[in-house]
Amino acid sequence: MDILIPILTLGSLGLIFGIGLAVASKKLSVEVDPRLEAIHGLLPGANCGACGGAGCFGFAESLLSGKASIDACRVAEEKTKEQIAKLLGKKLEKKIKRTAVLRCNGGSKVKDKFIYQGIKDCVDANLVLGGQKECSFGCLGFGTCVAVCPFGAIKMSEEGLPIVDKNKCRACNKCVLVCPKKLFSLIPVTHNVYVACNSHELGKDTKAVCPVGCIACKLCEKACKFDAIHVIDNLAVIDYNKCTSCGECVKVCPMKTIISRPGLVSKTGS
Amino acid sequence: MSIAQFLTIFISAVFIYNVILSRFLGLCSFVAISKETRPALAMSLAVMFVTTMSSIITWFIYRFLLIPFNITYLRTISFILVIATFVQFVEMVIKKISPPLYRFFGIYLPLITVNCAVFGVAVLNIDMFFINGEAIRASFYYSVFQGLCVGLGYTLAMLLMSGIRERLDFCNVPKAVKDFPLAFIIASIMSLSFLGFNGFRF
Repeated sequence: MDILIPILTLGSLGLIFGIGLAVASKKLSVEVDPRLEAIHGLLPGANCGACGGAGCFGFAESLLSGKASIDACRVAEEKTKEQIAKLLGKKLEKKIKRTAVLRCNGGSKVKDKFIYQGIKDCVDANLVLGGQKECSFGCLGFGTCVAVCPFGAIKMSEEGLPIVDKNKCRACNKCVLVCPKKLFSLIPVTHNVYVACNSHELGKDTKAVCPVGCIACKLCEKACKFDAIHVIDNLAVIDYNKCTSCGECVKVCPMKTIISRPGLVSKTGS
Repeated sequence: MSIAQFLTIFISAVFIYNVILSRFLGLCSFVAISKETRPALAMSLAVMFVTTMSSIITWFIYRFLLIPFNITYLRTISFILVIATFVQFVEMVIKKISPPLYRFFGIYLPLITVNCAVFGVAVLNIDMFFINGEAIRASFYYSVFQGLCVGLGYTLAMLLMSGIRERLDFCNVPKAVKDFPLAFIIASIMSLSFLGFNGFRF
């Protein structure tokens, strides 16, 4: 019989508090839009912050309140974007997917100007005289971009250059921001041709340190039928509004600096 | 029941036996929520509310349920029951009136339930104001006041800590100790200085 008193006491206490809480939760209930959960479920959940929101949940909230557009998410697939747009009762404007490319093809082909023994990280190495490479514009090859990519889309090649997997890249812009040499740029998937060099040095200075750097010979400018490529500050720059990926510039480039993407970086070097 | 008694309780709960810096209770929220002053203050108010209310309810439960039925060994579970209820209640209120604050608290709000500071007060009240299973004179008022004062002590520690950490954001500290390691160092220095109220007995 002694056991009954504690059981009854605790039981009734629990019951009273339970009822109190039940009443309170009814009175204080907050109505949450069911679409919020649905949208949050559809979003990639990488919490990359590329949209400017505080993670995917924050983005879902600003989507619901109409403060953000679904286009702001660079990561989601077109299909999921359409689904979300449907949930919101809006139409999705088609945007061309972009992927990152590395505007450098130097890697191991460019010699080191000193022996760097510091932290194996591009940002840190760049603090020491702008990195150990002879070319002060080129890739340092420590793979900081590989570490920062949330989708595992970047790998280091044997030549010490990061290779972007076109299929995995979601254009989240992280590598663009982290690279101390600002070597990554996002180009539309519809375009294949890009200039794999970022050196603004004079042609002969570039040639002295790198066998595949842009020497500003302007042959590409002459070859282009669409006025899409120009040499600006000793570097060829492609205007993607005009470029048709015809590949004429790739053919004429004497240094093999201009690259067509399917035959990615590593093959064109030799 | 005199003013002197209340003053003693106030000074001992807020300064001498400050719940965080001298008793080392409720440290997880102390370190986690003290990055900015506003959330720190809100958290302190939530804790103060819970300590005060739970002091009231636990006193009644202990005096009129546990002692008469001679089941004082149930005090831990029944006090936790009370505290959990109040924390749930506070959670609902905060969710209702300030969703951003609710999101900022994250897991730490429900964790007030197992915040040792709150449970510590409840047990402390019983230990201090009940002698041989009998409530001392005015023990109810003492209990409630002590609950409030421990909450105040918590608020004091939180505000000091968040003020310091807010200013430290502008300091150039080594990367290795940035954020939490630094918070621990500050907490220990603050704790040492609060031991000064205690008279440094070795």
